[in-house]
Amino acid sequence: MAKPLLEFTDRGIYCEQGKFYIDPWKPVDDAVITHAHADHAYFGHKNYLAHHLSREVMLYRLGDINLRTIEYGEIVTKNGVQISMFPAGHVIGSAQIRVEYKGVVWVVSGDYKTDDDGISTPFEPVKCHHFISECTFGMPVYSWKPQAEIFTEVNNWWRHNVENGVATVIVGYSLGKAQRILQNLDVDIGKVYTHGVIENTNEALRRNGVILNPTHRITAESSKEEVRKGIIIAPPSSVGTPWMRKFGPYSFGYCSGWMAIRGAKRRRAADRGFIMSDHADWNGLVSAIDATGCECVYLTHGYTASFTRYLNEIGFNAREVHTLYGGEEEDDASPQPSPKEREQEDNPSEVSPNEGDLEGATKGGII
Amino acid sequence: MKAFAQLFLSLDETNKTNEKVKILKEYFSNVPDTDKMHMLALFTGRRPKRPINSTLIRNWAIEASNIPAWLFEESYHVVGDLAETMSLLMLESPGNSSKTLTEWIAEINAQAARTEDERKLWLIDSWAMLDRQERFVFNKLLTGSFRIGVSNNLVVKALADITGIEAPALTHRIMGSWMPEDYTYEQLIQEQNAADNISRPYPFFLAYPIQETSEKRKSAEDVGNALGEAGEWQAEWKWDGIRAQMIKRGGQIFIWSRGEDLATEKFPELHPFLNALPDGTVLDGEILSFQNNLPMSFSVLQTRIGRKNLSKKILTDSPVATIVYDCLEYAGEDIRYKTQSERRAILEKLQAAIEFPEVFRISSLIKFDSWEELETIREQSRAMIAEGIMLKRKSATYQVGRRRGDWWKWKIDPLSVDAVMIYAQKGHGRRADLYTDYTFAVWDGDKLVPFAKAYSGLTDAEINKVDYFIKRNTLEKFGPVRTVKPELVFEIGFEGINKSTRHKSGIALRFPRILRWRHDKPKEEADTLESLKDLLGE
Repeated sequence: MAKPLLEFTDRGIYCEQGKFYIDPWKPVDDAVITHAHADHAYFGHKNYLAHHLSREVMLYRLGDINLRTIEYGEIVTKNGVQISMFPAGHVIGSAQIRVEYKGVVWVVSGDYKTDDDGISTPFEPVKCHHFISECTFGMPVYSWKPQAEIFTEVNNWWRHNVENGVATVIVGYSLGKAQRILQNLDVDIGKVYTHGVIENTNEALRRNGVILNPTHRITAESSKEEVRKGIIIAPPSSVGTPWMRKFGPYSFGYCSGWMAIRGAKRRRAADRGFIMSDHADWNGLVSAIDATGCECVYLTHGYTASFTRYLNEIGFNAREVHTLYGGEEEDDASPQPSPKEREQEDNPSEVSPNEGDLEGATKGGII
Repeated sequence: MKAFAQLFLSLDETNKTNEKVKILKEYFSNVPDTDKMHMLALFTGRRPKRPINSTLIRNWAIEASNIPAWLFEESYHVVGDLAETMSLLMLESPGNSSKTLTEWIAEINAQAARTEDERKLWLIDSWAMLDRQERFVFNKLLTGSFRIGVSNNLVVKALADITGIEAPALTHRIMGSWMPEDYTYEQLIQEQNAADNISRPYPFFLAYPIQETSEKRKSAEDVGNALGEAGEWQAEWKWDGIRAQMIKRGGQIFIWSRGEDLATEKFPELHPFLNALPDGTVLDGEILSFQNNLPMSFSVLQTRIGRKNLSKKILTDSPVATIVYDCLEYAGEDIRYKTQSERRAILEKLQAAIEFPEVFRISSLIKFDSWEELETIREQSRAMIAEGIMLKRKSATYQVGRRRGDWWKWKIDPLSVDAVMIYAQKGHGRRADLYTDYTFAVWDGDKLVPFAKAYSGLTDAEINKVDYFIKRNTLEKFGPVRTVKPELVFEIGFEGINKSTRHKSGIALRFPRILRWRHDKPKEEADTLESLKDLLGE
């Protein structure tokens, strides 16, 4: 039997014919990157290929790397293998990687969601023979409400807090959720303030030509009274830190798909949990996989065991594969950030670009 | 039901006590009186009977959600709550029912008289007319308990604010056996006389611990600094039995456990002396197994708790007596306002007049002149089959609930062993989808033998780290249980140890819990089964 076009190695997903890796987690020569989150875009590769809209964020996070960026649909050929990118709808600049050689097509989803969030280019199903998919929320208990409904709740909560003289802190990771929140807030209510790590990402995206609503970076000079009339967008790692406490009394809302489960929500001890995810829900996953018309689907991370079994029962040819990507059910609880990381976040002028902002990785992590 | 579902949701969305009280008050102010009483019953642990077997409910929910049964089970392990799992898996409904909580509970109760087919139809219809949050609460009514992070105290505080009745009086009025069907809100707020309900117990006064764990050990000096003059305190042994309130009123007797279960029939040995008490007497004490005038360990008493029928053998093997330490009502008068010393004198007088010295015992006072002396006496606790020492301020009234100040328990340090974690299972509720329930093992030769399960004792941060370890070091999966690479060592504390034929290790522990994570110990240095068996004292 001929070797498959893509294989799973201890460095990442590998294409032997094209001599490149997709989202490798150990240093390689050529890396094709689905999106700029830390569990997909690692440091240390010689050459990077990513989407245009990932450019500035990757340079900000990974420093001086050798990066080439392309548009959705543009084809790069390497040793006869055609590589192209299609929107994954996960965050701004996220892409599914399509790989074709001698008529055989593989697609690597990276992380994706099927609902249009109004800011990431919407997910586009790509026909293929082999589909490598995430399944972070691959359990039927996860089912997302329309985005508009959630933001009505968010805006009502914010308005209520302003009326009661309580500061509003909304938590979401810095690339993706933060901008999704920013673009959907009702800015007639008040100003939007940002934690340093989030504003750094916003600035990177603006350099990339992305137009975002106006934001105000919180500094030592920010007036507590003014901030209280607005809303603060903060990363998960800032929850419960002295940085956040100085805005008290505040109400803090957490935006994550994990908020769908009461236990997880109570564990986070958020005042409000908004069920909002940048990953596909159960129905989204099943419909996305179905739309590829694939012969075989490989599940990389999430509730892989149950989801694989279910897909096989309903007639797909599904397989579980082991990777080091984010929210793998087995790999979803990251340890608490170190005291040093916390200190940096208390002092937004010295923030580290990699604050570990994966939805999956923060599950159970920061409480 | 919409108001009740919203109450649930709002309570979930805050951790602040004041905010919770505000939410409870809003609920009380906005619902009919019958709903108030139903809510009060549910929040104080008085759940309606379950008219439908929960396996049937589960099966019908699986049908209604149109997924395979195994996937339902997997979902349940992720969610950690059956009622919530069912509500999440069914199709969303707009929720167009306007029935009140009282109406829903009446419907639930009415199912008892229905056939299985009728129940199923009713349930499917009901699910279809409730939105997700209502359906969750409804499923809770049908299947589960209501643990929602709101203590009785908070509910009482909200009710006290609304009614203007003082909290201790309200706490008393909601004690004992009542159901919302036969106790109206009007009765609750108007009633002035405690004797209106002759079975009603008083709220228990609970002691505060002087030290929480062995790590925070308190010396005689610490105790002296905190409590002042030794002479102001009365000391007794802390007996290891069942806390009980014993009532004789209107020619009838009642025995209440701390959990407000009426347990009169479970302790026939006590009936003669209770019947001999004058009417209008309420005693507070501990029920223990006794033989040859000596208390026996709690494990002996345990063999008869929970039995429906007390056979002759059980009554012979594990006869009970009570050690009384307080008198709350005397000659029909509530004497909780009197001082500890005054109540003690009344108790002694009462006991002297009754001829049942073997079943009606009084907790003897420990004589001590200094805290140092008491600290030495405390060392004899295990030999006395006691858990430690109780300290009561001689001038204290009998209060309501657990409060700091006048009653303290100074328990002996737990026994402990260092053990290796070998199995793990996901928790429930707040710990859903996290590995929080562990099985521990000790060495028997070169094998690790499981001997105890423990769920508590770690901080949230530690739980996250252990969970992270388990997910990366799973050797095998058996249903929800994972076999974990033996590596992590924990110090397990426990109150007692007994032989057991039901456990592979041959021993059973009482109240095992995690005292700390021994990062410093490799698994090879964990304790042995032999060293555990030495603690059996045989």
